[in-house]
Amino acid sequence: MSTPLVQLDQVRFGYGDHDILSDLSLTVQRGQVVAIMGGSGSGKTTLLRLIGGQLRARAGRVLVDGADVGGMNETALYDMRRKLGMLFQFGALFTDLSVFDNVAFPLRERAKLPESIIRDLVLMKLHAVGLRGAANLMPFELSGGMARRVALARAIALDPMLMLYDEPFTGLDPISLATIGQLIRELNDALGAASIVVTHDVAESLSLVDYVYFMADGKVIAQGTPDEVRASDHPFVKQFINGEPDGPLPFHKPAAPYAQELGLEIVRA
Amino acid sequence: MPAASTALPPIASLELRRDDAGAVLYISGRLDAPGSAQIWPQARQLVHGEIRVDASAVTYCDGAGLALLYDVIQRGATVEHLPDRYATLLAQLDPTTPLKTAPAVVSPPFLIGLGQRALAAWQQLYQAIAFIGELSAAVALVLRNPRQLRLGETLLHCAKAGADALPIVALVSFLLGVILAFQSAIPMRQFGAELFVANLVGLALVRELAPLITAVLLAGRTGAAFAAEIGTMKVNEEINALVTLGLEPVRFLVLPRVLAVTLMAPLLTVLAEVIGIFGAALVLLTFNIPLMTSAGQVMDTVGFTDYIGGLAKATFFGFGVAAIGCLRGLSTGAGASAVGNSTTRAVVSAIVMLVVTDGLFAVAFFYLGW
Repeated sequence: MSTPLVQLDQVRFGYGDHDILSDLSLTVQRGQVVAIMGGSGSGKTTLLRLIGGQLRARAGRVLVDGADVGGMNETALYDMRRKLGMLFQFGALFTDLSVFDNVAFPLRERAKLPESIIRDLVLMKLHAVGLRGAANLMPFELSGGMARRVALARAIALDPMLMLYDEPFTGLDPISLATIGQLIRELNDALGAASIVVTHDVAESLSLVDYVYFMADGKVIAQGTPDEVRASDHPFVKQFINGEPDGPLPFHKPAAPYAQELGLEIVRA
Repeated sequence: MPAASTALPPIASLELRRDDAGAVLYISGRLDAPGSAQIWPQARQLVHGEIRVDASAVTYCDGAGLALLYDVIQRGATVEHLPDRYATLLAQLDPTTPLKTAPAVVSPPFLIGLGQRALAAWQQLYQAIAFIGELSAAVALVLRNPRQLRLGETLLHCAKAGADALPIVALVSFLLGVILAFQSAIPMRQFGAELFVANLVGLALVRELAPLITAVLLAGRTGAAFAAEIGTMKVNEEINALVTLGLEPVRFLVLPRVLAVTLMAPLLTVLAEVIGIFGAALVLLTFNIPLMTSAGQVMDTVGFTDYIGGLAKATFFGFGVAAIGCLRGLSTGAGASAVGNSTTRAVVSAIVMLVVTDGLFAVAFFYLGW
């Protein structure tokens, strides 16, 4: 088997004294679409930032295309990032540029293509996300779901080798959701790339991906193909897929005692 | 007509009755936010230790009402007969478990606090040094490969920081020249020395005031704008997006801005010098000194080194103001107020930088004999 495109090996990361990821290991092969699922705050976005080299692991190794991201200098990091495309949770469009210029931006800055080719490419990418008609709008004129789709068009503009999607399905209507899901899959298969999809959307992602990792408390606690996951009797997986409030995954973020936070006076018997 | 009552009509009420089994507190009415607020002080007074609370007459109970009941239960009361639909909500709060109190937050001992401050100061310094390093690296890259410079962006910022600042720089420096000339002409006239006002104003403007006032205006206009622009991009994750696209923010955003302002600052300073001296000459005209005479005086006193020294200072000031603005922008935290903080800090630290470096320049020029 060829070297995996992304490999995390016992990665530990945290801010301050608090560990967000502890002992995390996972592998993504070329051609795979992999979903990372887990409750809010389980460290999914942090994981993407580690792969993109915006954060560095405290221990363990993050390998992208066989090279250790943690050991790279700035130049190597920027070279590595050119192979990545990332869809941010809130789009992160350049607010000063129109939709067209946003999608054209990576093409203009990174590939020295003639403007006429850039124009065709941008319109193709916008067409793929169904927003060719919005090319001349500014980002503030778009709805949340539209902005996300433009951001997707920008992320795929250079057809990267590894796509990272941070919550691509949030805020999309069912039609766009299915279309975007299909687009992610088709792009991945056509380019032989790999994609990591961080998501909460169980139904959509199970029909889309090749492999699923479940995260909780900064660890991978379950993994498998969608069929294995559906058949799984792992308590966490069952809770997540069926959306049950009670189970191994607490709904509440650990917090100060409720009453104290409500500011109630404390009366001792 | 009935007298208007200032008291609000009761929304909820409390009543304490005693029966065979002891005291019972009857709560009735609407337990919404206003209702609960009405009876809350009374309830706190009445409930001490074990008491039964009859809530059968509660007609409505929302979050505020639940908070009231929760408080009452925590004080030892037992709530009875609460209508079912509210009772389920109350049960979710789990009101009967005793309160756990977290240990009080103790402020760290003096030494740890001191260490934390020192660490924060060190990190700021580290950040500034790293920023200067990145900027130098970007400059080196552009020197080796000029096509890496974003020319269009640089020219745009030249126009914004330079051309657009012309009116305000002209206005302020004109006023400065007029005021300086007027204030010094009156005492000088007592000695019949109005003529030398031109020398004084000319030298002061060229050596000190024109570079300084231009830099202060740049800090307020352009440095603040840079901090706000880049800060907003940071908050919107646009900087993150740039980084993931494989584009360095320093080369991409900072270099064009810093370069533009570094180039524009001396040009604006020349304008400020000319207009300031013109303003002074106009004042001297009213003291019967012709414009040509003033001009001759200025040209005789102000040497080439004065002029070059002033421009060197202006260039350095421009660089500093732009770099500080961009650095503050890039180190913006999260949220709208972080952008405001960055902008404020950009202007304040730029002005502090101006004062300090101006002093250093004065010392340097003194030893150079300029």
